[in-house]
Amino acid sequence: MRVIEAAAVTAAVRELAMAAACDLEPDILEALVAARDRERSELARNVLELLLANSDIASRQRLPVCQDTGIAVVFAELGSEAWVAGDLEVAVQQGVRQGYQDGYLRNSVCDPLTRVNTGDNTPAVLHLEMVPGQRLTLRFLPKGCGSENMSALAMLPPSAGQAGIIRYVVEQVVAAGSNPCPPVLVGVGLGGSFEKAALLAKKSLCRPLGQAHGRPDVAELEQEMLLEINERGAGVQGLGGNNTALAVHLEPFPSHIASLPVAVNIQCHAHRHKEVVL
Amino acid sequence: MAPRFLQNLRSLRLPFSAEELAGLAAGELVSLSGTLYTGRDQTHRRLCALLEAGKPLPVDLAGQLLYYVGPTPAPPGRVIGAAGPTTSYRMDAYTPRLLAQGLVASMGKGPRSAPVREAMRRHGAVYLATIGGAGALLGGCIKQSEVVAFADAGAEAMFRFEIEAFPAVVINDAAGRDFYEEVAGR
Repeated sequence: MRVIEAAAVTAAVRELAMAAACDLEPDILEALVAARDRERSELARNVLELLLANSDIASRQRLPVCQDTGIAVVFAELGSEAWVAGDLEVAVQQGVRQGYQDGYLRNSVCDPLTRVNTGDNTPAVLHLEMVPGQRLTLRFLPKGCGSENMSALAMLPPSAGQAGIIRYVVEQVVAAGSNPCPPVLVGVGLGGSFEKAALLAKKSLCRPLGQAHGRPDVAELEQEMLLEINERGAGVQGLGGNNTALAVHLEPFPSHIASLPVAVNIQCHAHRHKEVVL
Repeated sequence: MAPRFLQNLRSLRLPFSAEELAGLAAGELVSLSGTLYTGRDQTHRRLCALLEAGKPLPVDLAGQLLYYVGPTPAPPGRVIGAAGPTTSYRMDAYTPRLLAQGLVASMGKGPRSAPVREAMRRHGAVYLATIGGAGALLGGCIKQSEVVAFADAGAEAMFRFEIEAFPAVVINDAAGRDFYEEVAGR
């Protein structure tokens, strides 16, 4: 059994929180450059140029790319031969607390009823999964809520079929218009149960942007949705053009014979994600 | 550092003069300098609660622009952190009451409700969008920052900003045009 100290988890999460806010990963930067290069609208192309300049300023001046530094979503994959000495949940929350404080990030978490801010951006949403091995992988996804608020889930009748799935996903993105800060990344969870579909949609955002799903029929569906979204969508910031979405990531999971859950989790162009393996 | 197209925009002073306000056209990209106030969910809720209780507002909104933003804290040596727009529809429930107080402009991102657009038409007010997710660049356009009300609300407090060369797109002009709708109809 390999021992991982809780303090190491806290230190790693603190670093992830600060780095994720200021430094976009190469996958999203490359996708924004590609979008700029194929953009047909001059206004939208100018805005994409501005977004690239913004990421450059953020990284060099150590400022958050976006002031919505998000509710912290953490995917932890703990190897079955690893053991965290201490409390993993507490260690992650402490890392979030420290990272948001030390990184001058915005505290954006509040009580859902009183709307009183918790003051330190905790609690983070932690998803823990057991995997083989002796490592702990931490994926940090600070989720802005301009895009999160445009997310949706439907329990479609199985008769809806592929056409129904495509229609539902495309409708959500088109209806969201400029609200979720397009160009967006569209995460789709298909199948499973009510909560599984939502989790799959969120988790699909962790896939390297634009990497097609390994199943050819799923990859085809992703492409079909992407084309239709960019055909009908509002474009960059709702200002027109042909880049409403950068990619669609679809994660399927077997569902009940009576059921076809479809969850759409929209991610903004400030697609912040970092991961570390301990 | 900033893209070149930003240098060729029409420059406007805030608060807007009546002529400038009437001269704004939906779809125009402009560069704003001058004074504005901020507010997002909590500030709006509290401003309207004050009005409901018959109490005075902490600042006179007549003729002013309200920017929907919750900035990140200022790191040492800086005026403010990242300060891009938040989504505007969440303010729709409150906006008509503030327009009745003389507010003439608001700025955020995303479309406004039909009642807000109708109230803007009635008051000759405008709505602008700035670039969502460009918080670091837009924060750099803010030259002075001061909390003027609701300090306990943290990022949701009401600030007064002095801005310089701040880019924005006119979405709803005083003549009743809506740029998002025009783009969607193309």
